[in-house]
Amino acid sequence: MKLKFHAALAALLIGASGVLHAADVKLLNVSYDPTRELYEQYNVAFAKYWKEKTGDNVTIQQSHGGSGKQARSVIDGLGADVVTLALADDIDAIADKSKLIAPDWLARLPKNSSPYTSTIVFLVRKGNPKNIKDWDDLVRKGVSVVTPNPKTSGGARWNFIAAWEYAKRKYGGEAQAKDFVAKLYQNVPVLDSGARGSTTTFVERGVGDVLISWENEAFLAVKELGPDKFDIVAPPLSVLAEPSVAVVDKNVQRHKTEAVAKAYLEYLYSDVGQDIAGKNYYRPSEEKFAAKYASQFPKLELFTIDSAFGGWKNATQKFFVDGAIFDQIYLK
Amino acid sequence: MAQTNRSLIPGFRPALTFTIVYLSLLVLIPLSALLLKSLGYGPSQWFTLLTSPRVLAAFRVSLSTSLLAAAINVVFGLLLAWVLVRYPLPFKRVFDALIDLPFALPTAVAGIVLTAIYARNGWLGQYLEPLGFPVAFTPTGITVALIFIGMPFVVRTVQPVLQDLDPAEEEAASSLGASRLQVFTKIIFPNILPALLTGFALAFARGIGEYGSVIFIAGNRPLVSEVVPLLIMTKLEQYDYVGATVIGMAMLILSFALLLIINVLQAWTRRRAGAL
Repeated sequence: MKLKFHAALAALLIGASGVLHAADVKLLNVSYDPTRELYEQYNVAFAKYWKEKTGDNVTIQQSHGGSGKQARSVIDGLGADVVTLALADDIDAIADKSKLIAPDWLARLPKNSSPYTSTIVFLVRKGNPKNIKDWDDLVRKGVSVVTPNPKTSGGARWNFIAAWEYAKRKYGGEAQAKDFVAKLYQNVPVLDSGARGSTTTFVERGVGDVLISWENEAFLAVKELGPDKFDIVAPPLSVLAEPSVAVVDKNVQRHKTEAVAKAYLEYLYSDVGQDIAGKNYYRPSEEKFAAKYASQFPKLELFTIDSAFGGWKNATQKFFVDGAIFDQIYLK
Repeated sequence: MAQTNRSLIPGFRPALTFTIVYLSLLVLIPLSALLLKSLGYGPSQWFTLLTSPRVLAAFRVSLSTSLLAAAINVVFGLLLAWVLVRYPLPFKRVFDALIDLPFALPTAVAGIVLTAIYARNGWLGQYLEPLGFPVAFTPTGITVALIFIGMPFVVRTVQPVLQDLDPAEEEAASSLGASRLQVFTKIIFPNILPALLTGFALAFARGIGEYGSVIFIAGNRPLVSEVVPLLIMTKLEQYDYVGATVIGMAMLILSFALLLIINVLQAWTRRRAGAL
């Protein structure tokens, strides 16, 4: 009995001393839905790099979910060291509402803090039985469209924005664009709360003729589930989606992880990070890797949120707050 | 005073203190926080929010599906309880244990499984959809999930009452010439009605608040298949904490009122049953 106690005490002391001299670092990366595979690979690469550089062992924990939901968790106190979310607006929300992130975060990393970009494409069933080529085909009668709820999903906001801008350009005005998206959402039988949920609905449940999807998510679905089941269709016009990353300042100060968190995000821009992004079907932001992976992506005209709407703040106010256009199209 | 208390019920004070502290921590404090937060909206904002078409539609969906599910559970829950109590079944214990499964299963798992079964490529969905009877991603799907979730409440409240029924009463009735139907309607039913109502109330209350299992099968379309708890989540995800608590309060008040009505009804039936 006594011996056991001593052994336990010794173990405790050893454990405690281990903590004192430890070079074990923990990071929590709070991310959005479709980045699971990307960060799984990236975390391994970064841990290796950090070990070589500093000798410290870094373990990165991941949290995934709808981008808006994830932002709210961080606001409510989830101790994220870095956030890698679907759109700048969600990081702005953290900065505004909780002051955990400095307001100038967007300018702290290159390329608008977007180490990789993506766009919005269509995933259709093999052979494209409904002959879907462009946004116009999504409002046809009898075409069933799967997309998540833009109130809760970052990806869904990009989807909505892309459809809107297409209709506005083609049909010449806001009123026409509103009719267009209203018709489009009438064709949506299921509104999931996140992008991955919609992919599941389309792929596993067999619902819908077309999934409006992140490009990387569409490629992943084709790769994972077999090219004999789905085809990717790129509309001629879509949106340049810039998922943003930021260090959560107040949290890293508290966790004493400033250096490693900053390095974690900066390494995304390194050759290794860019290569992993490209391999996971994100469009690398650095020119060298953008060129290397250019051939795997469809060529399409991409507009930016800044040029079309003057940034996410305006777009959110206009489309997605309560009572704004997205709510209105359901009440017509 | 204290002395009499001590002599009457030993441990009265600690018991009372414990009850108050425990209930406060678990129930009263969170509820007051909810109330306080919801007061961030003035009466007119309350009214505007609660009468907006989406909120009204969500309440309609939630109430109708939970009522329907609870009603179905009353009928078939009673049947199940009846069979389990009265008939010698092989593997009875296994069936009995199965009843509790919806309690034990994480609701999200239940939702995913039900969706997989009733989706158009699922085991049942592939036959139901071509017949023009889609279940997954419609209010019907919500009802199915709520039936699943609520079933044990009815069975488990009715079962013990059925077990305790004195067979002598039934024997006496039939020996006095009562038909089987009469025995059921005059003897058995009045005895189990209070328990049935409790089961109904529990299943209904659970259904109104159910999120995990419903969310996967509902389809979540505004005005069509959006339930109130989802609306609360959506509000939260848009950082509208006050709006979320206002809807939460409305739901709480509504459920409370309905449960009160059911309780009054129950007291009434119990008195009637006692009077018989």
